[in-house]
Amino acid sequence: MNHHNSSDNNEKNIELNNEGKLKTFFNKDIISKRMNNRILLDKVAKKLFFGSILFALIILVILFYRIGVLSIGWIDLQFLTSNLSIFPEKAGIYGVLIGSFLLMVVVIPVTLLLGISTAIYLEEYAKKGRFQSFVNINISNLAGVPSVIFGLLGLTVFGRLLNLGSSILAGGLTLSLLVLPIIVAAGQEAIRAVPGFLRDGAYAMGATKWTTVRTVVLPSALPGILTGSILAVSRAIGETAPLVVLGIPALILRVPNSLMSDFTALPIQIYYWTLDTVLTPEYANMAAATIVVLLVLLFLLNSVAIVIRNKYQRRY
Amino acid sequence: MSESNHVRDIIRNNIKHRKNRLEMIMPKLFLIAGSISIFTTIGIVLTLLIDAYHFFEQVPIREIFSTKLAPLGVNPSFGILPLINGTIITSLIAMFVAVPVGLTAAMYLSEFSSENTRKIIKPVMEVLAGIPTIVYGFFAYSFVTPLLMNLIPTLEPKNALSPGIVMGIMIIPLVTSLSEDAMSSVPNDMREGALALGSTRLEVTLKVVIPAAISGIMASFVLAISRAIGETMIVTIASGSSKNFTLDITQSMQTMTAYIVEFTSGDAGIGTGYYSLYAVGLVLFIFTLIMNLLSRYISRKYREEY
Repeated sequence: MNHHNSSDNNEKNIELNNEGKLKTFFNKDIISKRMNNRILLDKVAKKLFFGSILFALIILVILFYRIGVLSIGWIDLQFLTSNLSIFPEKAGIYGVLIGSFLLMVVVIPVTLLLGISTAIYLEEYAKKGRFQSFVNINISNLAGVPSVIFGLLGLTVFGRLLNLGSSILAGGLTLSLLVLPIIVAAGQEAIRAVPGFLRDGAYAMGATKWTTVRTVVLPSALPGILTGSILAVSRAIGETAPLVVLGIPALILRVPNSLMSDFTALPIQIYYWTLDTVLTPEYANMAAATIVVLLVLLFLLNSVAIVIRNKYQRRY
Repeated sequence: MSESNHVRDIIRNNIKHRKNRLEMIMPKLFLIAGSISIFTTIGIVLTLLIDAYHFFEQVPIREIFSTKLAPLGVNPSFGILPLINGTIITSLIAMFVAVPVGLTAAMYLSEFSSENTRKIIKPVMEVLAGIPTIVYGFFAYSFVTPLLMNLIPTLEPKNALSPGIVMGIMIIPLVTSLSEDAMSSVPNDMREGALALGSTRLEVTLKVVIPAAISGIMASFVLAISRAIGETMIVTIASGSSKNFTLDITQSMQTMTAYIVEFTSGDAGIGTGYYSLYAVGLVLFIFTLIMNLLSRYISRKYREEY
């Protein structure tokens, strides 16, 4: 905004100059023409750049609209409470929801425990040096490893070596390793944001390291850690590839009842229904309806994260 | 004398006390947890190397470089080139979408928009980034492909173009947020200097801000390529499983990631086909690792410090 005012002033100056003594040195037409072109280009570019953002927004709207339209009439109580079936009108995602839920029963404690401990170790205990930066680099590289590769790791280590097959436990542990870097990064950031004087205060009162971490550092880093954990969990809920690689069968008619049962989860069901739309067009509606359930779940999780962030985050 | 004995007793009691044993144990527990991430990396590398080794025991290395991939044929052939070709082509299409849109969006957010607009747009971009890839895959297959088929009649129901475009859309938020971070960290003095000399906003952006932030911007592009190479579900659903070695983007192609998914969900049992997964996984891992390291190298090496 500032800029346009200043360029307007420039033009006025040039006009003033033309009326005055400098007339012979400045050619008003050429200068104002070049200036106008530059300003025009600036305005066009601004519109164009905004167009890019609009493009992304429009895609988002189309995506939601399209999925919403396909799912209308398919999401009802029966869809949420009955089990999978090969007949679209009878099929429901109750077992799938239970599968996703049990998956989180594994993922949440495992990632929280490992992630927060790693973050505490790196920020509070590890000596600043080679080992610490090695672990840090390692974690950021892990974050960049494609999720299918984690699937192969899970297939070999949990599936075949530990003989967990394609059970909920195998799937949950695989997803835990996948989202671990997210929690560690969030935890580190939250712990780093705890100001040094709080720790010094605790030490000055005779607290030991562990007491300080437990009673001072962790409580004030908790909102940040929780926010990061929720983001990690929502990543895990939507992740498909590693679970498919683990070899989860296309149709499981029994509702999983323990961590060792075979299962299917929301994203996997979306995948198989999408693949089968060639055979039965109604499967597209089922997939869209499941997507809506998944997106609502993610939306709720993220809202909780935002509420926690806004309500409990303290700034020092 | 008795005073110091008393203190000594307290210290001795303290050491025996459970809480102080915790003091000793906790760091060790944290260290164990911290090393899980290292074991994960070792696990990934070993898994891939060992089973890829089994694969190379059965298949001569020469065969890898053939353009024919037919793992389940009577005379199975394991050329990886069709997969690499599919991966590169879909990733290139994605970059053609993500780079121009993502970078200009970042330029708008960092240099042109008001604070309020930014506050609205950034969360929306985060929504776009938070959508699971399976949803994008569904979108590509059930919406973008039919749409493109109206425009390009020769387009096959499974093709490289549609997942490429959708993958690009998926990556836009990544490019935008990383580039915007890089551009926002260019100090205001430099902008003001250029503005004072009579530059327009556009000139400031193109001639001052982008050159100063180029390391961060390039790093975001490389990271975007890495993301596109590793992306699985969109290409699996929308690009199909034809092992074509072609440059024709209207045809179905298979990427490395899609091959891994196709084979494991097909339950191939243990055999050369099963081991080939890990060979492909190893190549994929190396590709993305190089891209990730390159991205970090660029942002470190060419960073301008102000």
